[in-house]
Amino acid sequence: MEDMIQMDRTMSTQQDIKIEAKNVQVYYGDNHAIKDVDVQIADKTVTAFIGPSGCGKSTFLRCINRMNDTIDVCRVTGDILLDGEDIYDPKVDPVQLRAKVGMVFQKPNPFPKSIYDNVAYGPKIHGLARDKTDLDEIVEKSLRKAALWNEVKDRLNAPGTGMSGGQQQRLCIARAIATAPEVLLMDEPCSALDPIATAQVEELIDELRQSFSVVIVTHSMQQAARVSQKTAFFHLGNLVEFDDTDKIFTNPQDPRTESYISGRIG
Amino acid sequence: MTTSLLTTDARTKKRNAAEARFKAYGLGAIIVAMLALVILLTSVLGNGLSSFQQTFISLNVELPEDKLDKSGVRDISVMSKVTTIGYAPILRNALLATLEEQGIETDLSNKEISNMISKEAAATVRNRVLGSPDLVGQTVQFDVLASGRIDGFFKGRVTMESAALDGNTSPEALEIAQALADAGIMQTKFNWNFFVWPDASDQRPEAAGIGVAILGSLYMMLIVLCLALPIGVASSIYLEEFAPKNRWTDVIEVNISNLAAVPSIVFGILGLAIFINFMEFNQSSPLVGGLVLTLMTLPTIIISTRAALKSVPPSIRDAALGVGASKMQSVFHHVLPLAAPGILTGTIIGLAQALGETAPLLLIGMVAFVREYPAAFTPESGLFGEASTALPVQVYNWTQRADPGFVERASGAIITLLVFLLIMNAVAIYLRRRFERRW
Repeated sequence: MEDMIQMDRTMSTQQDIKIEAKNVQVYYGDNHAIKDVDVQIADKTVTAFIGPSGCGKSTFLRCINRMNDTIDVCRVTGDILLDGEDIYDPKVDPVQLRAKVGMVFQKPNPFPKSIYDNVAYGPKIHGLARDKTDLDEIVEKSLRKAALWNEVKDRLNAPGTGMSGGQQQRLCIARAIATAPEVLLMDEPCSALDPIATAQVEELIDELRQSFSVVIVTHSMQQAARVSQKTAFFHLGNLVEFDDTDKIFTNPQDPRTESYISGRIG
Repeated sequence: MTTSLLTTDARTKKRNAAEARFKAYGLGAIIVAMLALVILLTSVLGNGLSSFQQTFISLNVELPEDKLDKSGVRDISVMSKVTTIGYAPILRNALLATLEEQGIETDLSNKEISNMISKEAAATVRNRVLGSPDLVGQTVQFDVLASGRIDGFFKGRVTMESAALDGNTSPEALEIAQALADAGIMQTKFNWNFFVWPDASDQRPEAAGIGVAILGSLYMMLIVLCLALPIGVASSIYLEEFAPKNRWTDVIEVNISNLAAVPSIVFGILGLAIFINFMEFNQSSPLVGGLVLTLMTLPTIIISTRAALKSVPPSIRDAALGVGASKMQSVFHHVLPLAAPGILTGTIIGLAQALGETAPLLLIGMVAFVREYPAAFTPESGLFGEASTALPVQVYNWTQRADPGFVERASGAIITLLVFLLIMNAVAIYLRRRFERRW
């Protein structure tokens, strides 16, 4: 059964390139955090970044929607192309970029507002809804996509912070997809969740693949194996290996990848 | 060999003893602090509560036409030629008539009888008569102020022994006052006028009030609120959220912290030099006072606002930026509302501090004797430009006066000031509880 799903997933990965990174270097002050990363992320695919703590996988993820801009000492060189356009071009406004490239964070961080307002905030500031009914529709659609609608439809005005951790994280996913992004970045989205909530979020990620290109950073190799079609292994700031997920886990080319997969380093 | 858990070893004993000692020190410190507070409150309340009570004499005053209106046709310009000195004998006669009516014998001189009535009373009656001239020729009932000594007698400040040594009153006068009180003609009742009346001269503490001081303090608080809050919050938001972290922002930060510790009298000197000597604003005006207090309050507001902004978790900023909000949207839509309770608390505490500040106001001439209520705006003096005084300065002013009646007045003003401060702090606590959000 498991194998069949794997097969199914690999079948559908033949897609266009969504994001292309060329020769990316990231410096935190004097610290060279990311070295020469080249990677091609396909559309409508789940790509997992794995690697030990401090290997730079989260840093690289945050480069894709320029969240690193908020850190003063952080400097990025090289090219990251989204649909062929350099996102670090001086003409690009990071705010516009982030509407296209949504992000879900490690710890669920809903706004201390109602569930409805959490989801409606993005569409509101981007002017995606013409009127209230339009907005209601977007909110419902996003919550349905995030598999949360049935649980919260009767209490949309309840505070988002009052839900369980798993629900909060799915609310954050709903919030991220409400702005109709093309890419969804997830920074260890399940690390603060229990196994049941994790399973729900993973299932959700697989569904989101229909509409978005999803990039997920994870600590758990099992999770990468379960949800992704492509996997990139980072080590000490280098992209060591990037290939189809089953290939990485069954037949890694690099000895470092093999050591990490088999639990000898990390 | 293992030691038994049932006996404590020397080390544990020592540790426990140290803990017990520390607890005792803490408890001792709290007891000392509470004692200080109790002593302060008893002293202030004991001296000051009586200022909310005042002794009045209820007199049927005959207003003779031949004395008060030489024209006979109620011409105000003629009537106003009769000064308060002209009204004093009329009041004395009314008191003498009342004594006779009550069958109270007295061999006091006219001057001593006059001394029982406040010097303010003649002015009160005169104003009333000039306000409605038709009263002339009639006998009208007035509740006039008793003099400070008589008032002090009913409040226990003046005794028979002290009166015997006092040039302004005598034991006989006090006996008469007692007889009048027994007859219900002299009464001590709650004195709203204390909160309304302006200051009064040295001879009439019974007529002094804190009306002008309250108004002046209110004007200054308005200025501080309207200037310090927006400037303080805007500069904190810039420093905390937008400014690049470099040497210049560090310098600014250190300077703001230092500014908060600058003695307040220095701000007074600054205000005198800049606002009065250089910009030539009116001396003693709430405008200058308000500006000086704004300078003084700004660092407090900036420091507390920055602390409030810092306490908003960065994950909220990330979340807002992550859905594509601009920096400003993330600050104004999410960070600022979450920091608002902290900002409000800081502002109110800053205002309370400014309300009680005395030293800088002394230097800009607010320690003046002001009888006129300052208007908020006049064409000549501009906005908040009329001479005024302030509550803490009024307290300082009254403690300098010779007449013991002012001690009570000063303590009454302190109580009022403390009540205002308590209310402001209570509001701050309430707002913090009410709007605090958890995440």
